[in-house]
Order: sequence, then C-alpha cells, then structure tokens
Amino acid sequence: MVDGIRAYGLIVAMWIRSTMAYRASFLMTTAGNFLGSGLDFVAILLMFSHIESLGGFTLAEVALLYGATSTSLGLADLFLGSMDRIGQRVRDGTFDVLMVRPAPVFAQVAADRFALRRLGRISQGAVVLVLGLAGADVVWTPLNVLLIPVMLVSGAVIFGSVFVVGAAFQFWATEAAEVQNSFTYGGNTLLQYPPTVFAKDLVRGVTFVVPLAFVNWLPALRLLGREDPLHLPGWVGLCGPLVAAAMAALAGLAWRTGIRSYRSTGS
Amino acid sequence: MVRDTMRGGERTAHDSGPAALGGERVAYDGDPARFIELDGVEKVFDVRRKAGLLRREKHQVRAVDGISFTVPRGQMVGYIGPNGAGKSTTIKMLTGILVPSGGRLRVAGIDPSRERTRLARRIGVVFGQRTTLWWDLPLRDSYCLVHRMYKIPDARYRENLERCVELLDLGDLLDVPVRQLSLGQRMRGDIAAALLHDPEVLYLDEPTIGLDVVSKAKVRDFLRDVNADLGMTVLLTTHDLTDIEQLCERVMVIDHGRLVYDGGLSGLHAVGESERTLVVDLERELPPIDDVPGARTVRVEGPRQWLAFAATASAAPLVAAVAERYPLVDLSVREPDIEAVIAKMYAERSAER
Amino acid sequence: MWLGSGLLLPAPALSGHGTGAGQSALREATPRQSDGKGEHEMRLYAAVAVNGFRRYATYRVATAAGVFTNTVFGFIIAYTFIALWSERPHLGGYDQAQALTFVWVSQALLAACALLGGGFQEELQERIRSGDIAVDLYRPVDLQSWWLASELGRAAFQLLGRGVVPLAVGALAFDLALPADPLTWLAFLLAVFLGIVVGFGVRYLVALCSFWLLDGAGVTLIAGLATTFFSGVLLPLNAFPGGFGEFVRTLPWAAMLQVPVDVLLGRAAGTGLLTALAFQAGWAVALLAAGRALQALATSKAVVQGG
Repeated sequence: MVDGIRAYGLIVAMWIRSTMAYRASFLMTTAGNFLGSGLDFVAILLMFSHIESLGGFTLAEVALLYGATSTSLGLADLFLGSMDRIGQRVRDGTFDVLMVRPAPVFAQVAADRFALRRLGRISQGAVVLVLGLAGADVVWTPLNVLLIPVMLVSGAVIFGSVFVVGAAFQFWATEAAEVQNSFTYGGNTLLQYPPTVFAKDLVRGVTFVVPLAFVNWLPALRLLGREDPLHLPGWVGLCGPLVAAAMAALAGLAWRTGIRSYRSTGS
Repeated sequence: MVRDTMRGGERTAHDSGPAALGGERVAYDGDPARFIELDGVEKVFDVRRKAGLLRREKHQVRAVDGISFTVPRGQMVGYIGPNGAGKSTTIKMLTGILVPSGGRLRVAGIDPSRERTRLARRIGVVFGQRTTLWWDLPLRDSYCLVHRMYKIPDARYRENLERCVELLDLGDLLDVPVRQLSLGQRMRGDIAAALLHDPEVLYLDEPTIGLDVVSKAKVRDFLRDVNADLGMTVLLTTHDLTDIEQLCERVMVIDHGRLVYDGGLSGLHAVGESERTLVVDLERELPPIDDVPGARTVRVEGPRQWLAFAATASAAPLVAAVAERYPLVDLSVREPDIEAVIAKMYAERSAER
Repeated sequence: MWLGSGLLLPAPALSGHGTGAGQSALREATPRQSDGKGEHEMRLYAAVAVNGFRRYATYRVATAAGVFTNTVFGFIIAYTFIALWSERPHLGGYDQAQALTFVWVSQALLAACALLGGGFQEELQERIRSGDIAVDLYRPVDLQSWWLASELGRAAFQLLGRGVVPLAVGALAFDLALPADPLTWLAFLLAVFLGIVVGFGVRYLVALCSFWLLDGAGVTLIAGLATTFFSGVLLPLNAFPGGFGEFVRTLPWAAMLQVPVDVLLGRAAGTGLLTALAFQAGWAVALLAAGRALQALATSKAVVQGG
C-alpha cells in the first residue's frame, strides 16, 4: 500500500513534468478542459433560455445536480482517468513493462497519463455547484452541510470504482475501452438532469444495479428537501459512503480477477 | 532445498557485488550453477476459435511444453526460436508476468510468479521494441525515476549511472528529450535504465533490432563488458545470429514449446547445416545462375539473384566464379538467419522420427 | 533491401494499426502500365478508401463497445429532450418526434462524422510530430487526397458499423419521424457524405497546425470543443436562441450534423434541399482549398521534428 502510493506519486510527478515540457499546450488544454466540461452546462443554459423548469426543477436546482456530479467525476478522472488505456497497453505489450517494475501495477496504471488539466473539470463543476447551492432552496441543517463534502467524495469513489471495473474488463476485451464511457461520462450526463426526467426503470437501474444515483441524485434531493421519484425513505440519501465502499470493494475484486486472468492467459 | 535456504537466509554482505544493494534484498546463497532453474515448466493457453457463425471452440495451446534447463550465475545465454515458438512466453514466466501452468521455476531462488515485485528489484528487462523511457523528458529524468522507484542508494546510483554513461556513450544525451533520440541512442538509454539498480539477471528481448551497424557494435561491446566485469547473468532473445555469435557461449533453441537444442553455437550450425546467401546484382536480367559449383540459386528478381552456399564454406571462390562468368555489378553476403537454421534443424528432427 | 517493394507504399498504409488485409488492398492498386494516369489515381484512392474501411472493420469488439455507448447516450439525451419538448412543444420548429429523431441520428453519425474526435487527425498529427511526414511529402501521391480517401473509407465503415444499430434501437424504443420516401434517404446520405468531407476539411487544417506548433494538443482540443458545440451534438442548432442561433447555422460545423438531419426530416425539400446541399458543398470546397494552400505552405516550411 505504502509502496503503491509512493509509486503513484513518483509517476504522477513524471507526468506533470512531461506536460510542463509543453507549457503553452498545458495552459490551453486546461482552459479547454474547463470550457469543454462547461459546454454541457451551456447546453442546459440554452435549454433554460426557452423554459422555466425542467422536470419540475429550476435552473439553480439543475445546477446543483450538475455541479455535484461534475465535481465528483472530475476528481475520479483526475486520480484514475487514464485507466481506460489499459487495453491499449495490453495490446501493444507495454503492460508487461509495468509488470516488471517493483511497484504495484494498479498504482502504475492509475498514475498513467496523469494530467493536471483535469483540474479544469473539477473547478468548473465546483463553480456551478456553488452557484446552484446559492440559488436553490437548500434546507441548511448541520447534517446537510456535512453531507456536501461527503457527497462529493463518495461520488468520486463511485465513479472511480466504475473506472477501475471498466479497466479490469479490458483484460478480457482489450478493445472495449469505450464501454466504460457509458457509465462514467454517460452516467455524468444522466445525473446532470433531474431524475424526474427519466423513465422509472432507468432510475431504478441506476439506483439498485449501477448505483450512480448515490453520486448526487439521492443526496441532492435530500439537500433540496424533495421526494425522490422511487419514494425511498429519506435516510437513503445518507448512504453514499456505504455504497461507495461497496463499489470500491467490488472494483478491487474485479481488478484482482482481471490481473489474475492476464497472468494466466497473457492476452 | 535451494528454496528453503533462500527465505530465511541472512543477507551475507558482499563487499561490492550486486547484492550489496537495498535493504530488502537477500543475497542468493544457493547453488551458483542453478541460478536460473526450470524444471518441466509448462504454459497452456485456452484459445477460443470461431467455429461457425456463433459457436466457438475451445482448445488448448501448449505454448511452453515442458522445458527444463539451468543457467549458472554469470553466463550469457542466447534464447532463440521462430516467432510463436514460446520464447517470449518463457521470458514472461521468468520475469513473473505469467504464471506457469506446471513445473517448477526459480530465478535467484525466487519463485517469479509468487514474488513478482521482490524479483523485479533483482532483474533488469529490456524490451527491444518498447521503450521504458519517458518520451517528452530528458533521458536523465527517466533515470531519476528508476533511482526512486528501485530505491537505489544515492552513491550506488551515481556510480552506476557514471559507468553506464561512459560505456554506452550517453554523456551528451542525458539532457536530450527521449523523443529526439535516434533508435540506437534510445536503445542504449533503455539498456542503461535496466542496469542502474544492479540487477543480477538481465533479460534482453531483441536488443539490436532495427539498429544500424555502429549502434549494434556499441550495444554488443557494452553487454560483453557488463557480463565479464560484473558477472551479470544475461538471457537474450534475438533474430540476429551475429548477436549470438559475438556474445553467447551458449545457445538454447526452442520450437513448438520444446527445447530442441542446448549447447554452443558451432554445434548449432553443424546440426542445422546452415547456409549463407550470396546476393549478386547482375548488369541485366539473366536466367538463374546454375553453373557455379557449391552454390544453388534460390531466388531471382530482375537482375538480382540469391545463391545459397554452405555456411562453413568460404565465399571467395564462389564470388570469383560468378564474376568470371557473369557481368557482375554488385554483391553482398548474407549470414544465415536463425529462422532458416532452425527451420532446417526442425525439419530434420521431424524427418528422423 | 529485402523490403524493396514494401517501402514504396505510401506512408499511411504502413503507419498506425495497418492490417495485412489493408496492405494487400494496396498491392492490388499498384500501377499497371496500361492504365491512364487519371484512372490509375482513381484506383489508388479507391484502394486507400477500401483500406480505411477494412482497418476499422477489424476492430469488432471496439465497434460493439461504441454501439453500446452511443445507444446508452441516445437514451439519456432522448429523455432530456422529451422533458424539454414537453415544456416547449415546437421548440426550434421541431415537434417531439423530430427532436428525438435528431437525438438518435446524431448518435448514429457521431462516429462516422468524428464529431467527438476519432478519425485520421491524430494519426496525421503524430506523423508530423515524429517527422515521418517528410517521407510522405516526397511521395508521388497527393497528401490531402490520400487522407481524404482513407477518411471516407473509415467513415463508410462507421456509418454502417456504428450508425445502423443505434438508430434502429432508437426507432424501436421511441416514436421517430423517419421518412418513408427512399429519395429522402438518398438525399440524406448525400448530405452525410458532404458533411464528412466538411469535417475532414476542418480537421485537416487543424492537423496541419502541427507543422508550426510543437504539440498540437491545445489546438486539437479547442477545435474539438468548437465541433461539439457548433455541430449541434449538445442541442440542435435551431434551438439556439435568436441572432446567435442564426449565426451558428452559417458556420461549417452546421454542415456536419444539423444539415444532414434536417434533410432527413424533410425540412429542406425542393429548392431548400438544393440550398442545403450547396451550403455544404460550398464549405467543403472552401475548406479543401484552404487545406491545400496550408499544405503548400507547410511543405515549403517543412519544419520536421526529430529525425
């Protein structure tokens, strides 16, 4: 574990230095990352130029949802964002290079292509989140104040777990990098909008099967004092950390299984 | 029994040897003649093959089919064979990447698949076509990462870096971003990166592939020095017979997952009855040359013809004979390639049965 | 010297993940003396396009993964559009079925038109960055036509491989406004073709910037953002408000997705159809010409990296 964190730090430092070799490009891509993740929000703004509320939610409430999921995804993306390159590495043989180094492979893969430009998404998400919190009718209780950072971290862990599961899946299907985008970026898009917009079955799916609803929907509904469309009891909104822990455990299991499979099949 | 002495063994402080490095390291105090040891090692892959539109058939491929050998400490061994013969599978098992399906395997007393990271500190690996260097950073930065990741003591690191820089002629390149290095320079850089932590075993996968003549010579000289001066055990796979000729006292040939030859290079030539090729460019297109004794024409392409002759024979009389009878423009001699030697050898082996 | 004939192949065939199948397609296209020059060139570029098609066709799992992702996104965006159009029926002149058609057609065209990246651009940039482009420039093939042909081959595969299934799923799950008239479909395909050429024109210009910039990542990103926003992937351009909307609909990015969808929806019929196609063709010609000019400039400058 200590070895892993150390190796992660070393490799991250190398990537930061690599990016700084092209300083102008770094500034541009960071700005681009900020703007790029912001485009989704511009689309929402354009929608609200025609309407007052979407699925019964005001612009500020949607901003709260949007900011929370974007920040969480941004954090996961910052720490584990290039894990989806693993299939490529297996295909071109560079994965073996990682295997002969005296450091946990997971740490090396997690640190791969570490990019500070991803702070762009986090900061953009955080700005929208603050605007949303300020504009929406949030029920300000001490518990709810505490809920905000807990929501962001749990959300990041849930998204991060999806990144890891997606990466592990590529040990079997090395070209399937894009599948995990459905759950990470696709999930993010889904969570930016109010749950009332979507079909009930879809909402059930992301609550009970791939529990993305715990990233922002359920905690944010609690912050807003709203009922969720599935009429779950209110304490469910506080379960983010438990769900995150379960997801992380599952991801760890998937990763181990994936590595074991790679080491026995080598493909 | 080697295994047992290993685990609990106190670290015997070698004065300057490679083992004097890193706190976690335990010197190998087993039998130096069995430094690398394989006993009936197997690797079986399940391969799914399409059989019809949706049905898939599962069948087994024995990539490595019961290989046994030992390599004494300090030996330089060539490990060769045609593509798909099981070479890289063996290397992957020796480095702990792949878990063997059967048999017993030890490197410096360590079971690679069970203690991959511990082994990693004691071996160096150079993948000929995959650089481990950082593309956009100066060469020096890649070495700093090795320094930290392998936890090499500062003095030791400086000493090793100095030696590599001197012998591999890297002095002017340390501050150059890797992307600006030529293939030969990069390979030298990669080899240095694999040696900074004083590995006891060095695996080289095609270390001279794609290099020009000068770079090849430099790399070979360096490997010879490393092997002789430091007593490092080296296992190298290559398609270039010259690598083997110049470096290895011992050659192992693998085909279809089995060891088909283990011995000196001269023996290999004798077994394989290998042939060299004389390539001649004539002034114009002519029918295949058929009147030169000791040679037969194996290929004709326009004015260029390929003549095979015994590897043990001299090329001089042959060249003279061709020049005398044909309008010769240019010529070159091609050394027998390993593929051909082995193909021939294998054909003979199966014919004997 | 043993590779003699192989080395004469123009570069893109050798680079990246070129496949055996692709190479053999090229061999078939090597010059035959009896052909005229023009005919030979046509054959060559046709073979290049076939090569591009086959290259992507080998990645079956990646294609399936892409189809899955496009379908998932299709569902998510479809629901948000239903919510939007139920608040504001006839937004941008679309009814709900037309808005949903826009969603699913855009998911179907996403890969073919490389609206979110993909395609040749990265490969060309990498060749410029590594200096391999120097070799390409000395070859007796036109660089732009070569890459365009290869890009059209890729797009053709992705239109089939990644377009048909998501659109079919969308049509089954939702009420779409797909036309019954085969001629409309034909016009749609023509508009898609022109859209792909326009997309190529833009990205070719972006890629050539790498001759002047050491690292093209920044420009690529900005260009990618522009495509995402101005093509209508996020929200149909006719739902963009007021004068801004009108302005956006005159930009080349409008030719990539918005125009093809409008052609399919029959919103551009008769002379309107001709105007729409002429709009696309105009941008295609302008961008290809600009690409050619920039290419000439780059060739004369030829700052070749590394070596």
